[in-house]
Amino acid sequence: MLNDFFILMKAELVITIIIFILLFLKLGNKEWENETLLNFINILLFINLASGFFFAGEGKLFGDMFQTSELVRFEKNLLNLGTFIISLQSYNWLKNHKHVPEFYMLLLSTLLGMFFMISSGNILMFYLALELSTIPLAALCNFDLNKRQSSEAAFKMIISSAFSSGLLLFGISLLYGATGSLNFSEISSHLSNSPLLIFSLILLISGFGFKISAVPFHLWTADVYEGSPVAVTSYLSVISKGAILFVLVSVLYKVFHPLGETWYNILFIVSVATMITGNLFALRQQNMKRFLAFSSIAQVGFILIGITGQSAQGSASVIYFILVYIFSNLGAFGVISLVSAVTGKENLDDYKDFYKTNPLLSWVLAISLFSLAGIPPTAGFFGKFFLLLAGAGKGNYLLITIAALNMVVSLYYYLKVIKAIFMDSNDNPVEKIKTGLLPKIAMIICVAGILITGLLSGAYNYIYSLVK
Amino acid sequence: MNLSLLVILPFLTALAVLPFKDLKLVRTIAFIGSAAQLILCFILLFLFWKERSSGNTGIMLFENNYTWYDSLHINYHTGIDGISLSMIMLTAFVVLAAVLVSWKMEKLNKEFFFLLLFLSAGAYGFFISLDLFTLFFFLELAVIPKFLLIGIWGSGKKEYSAMKLALMLMGGSALVFVGLTGIYFNTSVNGEHSFDLLQIAQTKIPVTIQNLFFPFAFIGFGIFTAIFPFHTWVPDGHSSAPTAASMFLAGISMKLGGYGCLRVAAFLMPDAAHHYSIIIIVLASIAILYGAFATMMQTDLKYINAYSSISHCGFVLLGIGMLTKTAITGAVMQMVSHGLMTALFFAAIGMIYDRTHTRQVAQLGGLLKVMPFISAVFVIAGLCSLGLPGFSGFVAEMTVFMGSWENAGRFYHIATIIACASIVVTAVYILRATGQAIMGPVNNKEYNLLKDAEWNEKLAAGLLIIAIVAIGIAPFWLNELLKPATEIIIQKLGTIVK
Repeated sequence: MLNDFFILMKAELVITIIIFILLFLKLGNKEWENETLLNFINILLFINLASGFFFAGEGKLFGDMFQTSELVRFEKNLLNLGTFIISLQSYNWLKNHKHVPEFYMLLLSTLLGMFFMISSGNILMFYLALELSTIPLAALCNFDLNKRQSSEAAFKMIISSAFSSGLLLFGISLLYGATGSLNFSEISSHLSNSPLLIFSLILLISGFGFKISAVPFHLWTADVYEGSPVAVTSYLSVISKGAILFVLVSVLYKVFHPLGETWYNILFIVSVATMITGNLFALRQQNMKRFLAFSSIAQVGFILIGITGQSAQGSASVIYFILVYIFSNLGAFGVISLVSAVTGKENLDDYKDFYKTNPLLSWVLAISLFSLAGIPPTAGFFGKFFLLLAGAGKGNYLLITIAALNMVVSLYYYLKVIKAIFMDSNDNPVEKIKTGLLPKIAMIICVAGILITGLLSGAYNYIYSLVK
Repeated sequence: MNLSLLVILPFLTALAVLPFKDLKLVRTIAFIGSAAQLILCFILLFLFWKERSSGNTGIMLFENNYTWYDSLHINYHTGIDGISLSMIMLTAFVVLAAVLVSWKMEKLNKEFFFLLLFLSAGAYGFFISLDLFTLFFFLELAVIPKFLLIGIWGSGKKEYSAMKLALMLMGGSALVFVGLTGIYFNTSVNGEHSFDLLQIAQTKIPVTIQNLFFPFAFIGFGIFTAIFPFHTWVPDGHSSAPTAASMFLAGISMKLGGYGCLRVAAFLMPDAAHHYSIIIIVLASIAILYGAFATMMQTDLKYINAYSSISHCGFVLLGIGMLTKTAITGAVMQMVSHGLMTALFFAAIGMIYDRTHTRQVAQLGGLLKVMPFISAVFVIAGLCSLGLPGFSGFVAEMTVFMGSWENAGRFYHIATIIACASIVVTAVYILRATGQAIMGPVNNKEYNLLKDAEWNEKLAAGLLIIAIVAIGIAPFWLNELLKPATEIIIQKLGTIVK
């Protein structure tokens, strides 16, 4: 029984151990150099990432509240990978920060929350984990302690999170009232098309929608992304979204299966609105963080199309896309966080003629943007193609046409950045940046991931075998 | 022989160029790589002839099929027939000529050659693909290198042209994607969907589905071939591009669309092709005539060639629209011939521009006295464009006309007559440009000091001229190459009901 506990909850236990190590480090009397501390923490995170690949287990604990399976383990590994890359990339910024252990404690607490969220078998567990993952994030948004914008971002984050949690709770309570159970496996047998249940479904999707910045719940995204430090922005846009999407896919597919028609229509409208709004707003952005915020809103629109596929291809394509999205988005954020940490420049105009001074960084950024746009041979092409193919399975070609045309619009704003980097001239370009070892490793991982996960079919085939 | 070699070799050459900064080293590597590719293509041609003459009547030769994404029925399936082989030969000639013409590219040289060779790898991959996903993969692969080539090394309003080109081609790809998805979900090969071209060709897609998705696929590919009214990216795109990129764009990239229209849209959806053939013929005729008349108004040599490309590619679409064996053979011949001719023309214009720094016809004059070789190349390209017998343009256009006339009915005959009439207009603008720029007195005294073509430019022009004349004087070898392939397509299309 105890053996079961250790094996099944291995990922959560490792994270908890790391949090406690950091806590004791902080409470101890010794004054650590930031660089040593960061190296040590990154090694710990690497051990955490590696440990996810051994001693796999499948099963349930605590009376179905906690479930784990191959697929859940894979999703947790993805989130670990993303967190590790973000940690490597934030090296330059954290080097000069006063509160390194606190940053990691909060970050890993949210990650722990996400792990529990993915493994939850019970709505109460899910809600608890959701709150665990959200509240430290709001504190993290404030981590640029001397910038007023950061506090504003944190404030907006906590208020909108609290509001969305309220909506979610309302939906959950209605669901409990209608079905009489909190267990995911039992709920689906009690579902029918009653107005109460449809209302609860709408509230649930609204709650989820806030977290993934779907339209019309996206209004907090741009300001929070712009105000937070870059590391937190990348975490929000990739890991937080990814975790919620994993849960959304499994909840919609397994629990709300009987209400398939209803949530199909809802997701159709939401995805079209999300893609179009994200694209339209991204066209006008000058701040790179805000720009990537809106582009990530548009990406969510595509992911929702994959979810509407309601097939094994649907969930496989969504999980695959999140893998690709982690690499692409973190590749772009990596360069932006490096430039921001070293020079403080975050505007598109500052990136003009970037190629002259920083050719390698330009190529990393370019490849990541191509992957976000969906250009072969990057993995983003495969990801988007598979998402749209899964979505087309329902025969709704109007949706696919709108999506394909939106890809063209999104190409425009990505190419605007490419144009600035490669073609425009600048009297005062960003100076040559010396990349440290850790950010370099992060960028190599991202670029390798972008180029390999598409051309080699191993990743997608593995994911498909997990969801079949 | 493994066809992927055709993709791997240019890609390796592109990578090999990256570590070096010295122009001499970079261009030598690029030259060796593209020359090796041309030799490889000739070997392929020889092996292909051997297979065919030893009685191999398979639809596609040298097939290779690797499972890629099994759950989505996507395979890396390659193979060639006569049509693909002729396009591959075209690509080899044009890329080698393009590398030679860029011999003096100083600015960011290794990136330039990398992008050019990467672009060519995409083109080769497109022509050898027998799986719709792989085809689409290579089609979109080519868009970004074009954007970068025009935007960084171009002239004039290069950023605007590059952006317009990238967005319109991506729009075409989006439409193609919708068409491909429609084909995928409505085919049933052994009870499952499939992306495999040959397998889909064996099945019959329901006619209503065909009629729904054929416009998507045809217009999507057509945008690459400058179908009217989506041709607006051509003039700015081709004219702002650096010479090598213009040669590639007009010579090869526009043929990607024609090939796609034939191989994907018409071949897989024959009933829809019949259904829409009248509209295709109308659009093609408009492109031919409008392109020709628009060219007459141009004063910039590159714009003249760009608009004339719209007109000539209209012949390709006309041939495809007519749906007879001769017309389709003519369409493919026109693709090859126009590719060579327009590459030659852009090369000549590039050589002139490098020396005189102007492309305005009014400012040039008497170049025949100053640079005889380049002027001769210019005149040859011009004469091929207006269809002088002895050059490939005549062969291709004649075949298209003969094929078009085969369709009985006043509509088809009128379309053919309109297309023929455009030759007169072509003659006007070609002869006028030649007369003003090449003949006559030397306009600008400084031109007398200009030097004629160097060895690399002579080699580039020579290669293309040899190919043009080879097709022009003895077209039967090309005809024999294309015959089995077009027969398969015609079998699928059935006989046109008039």
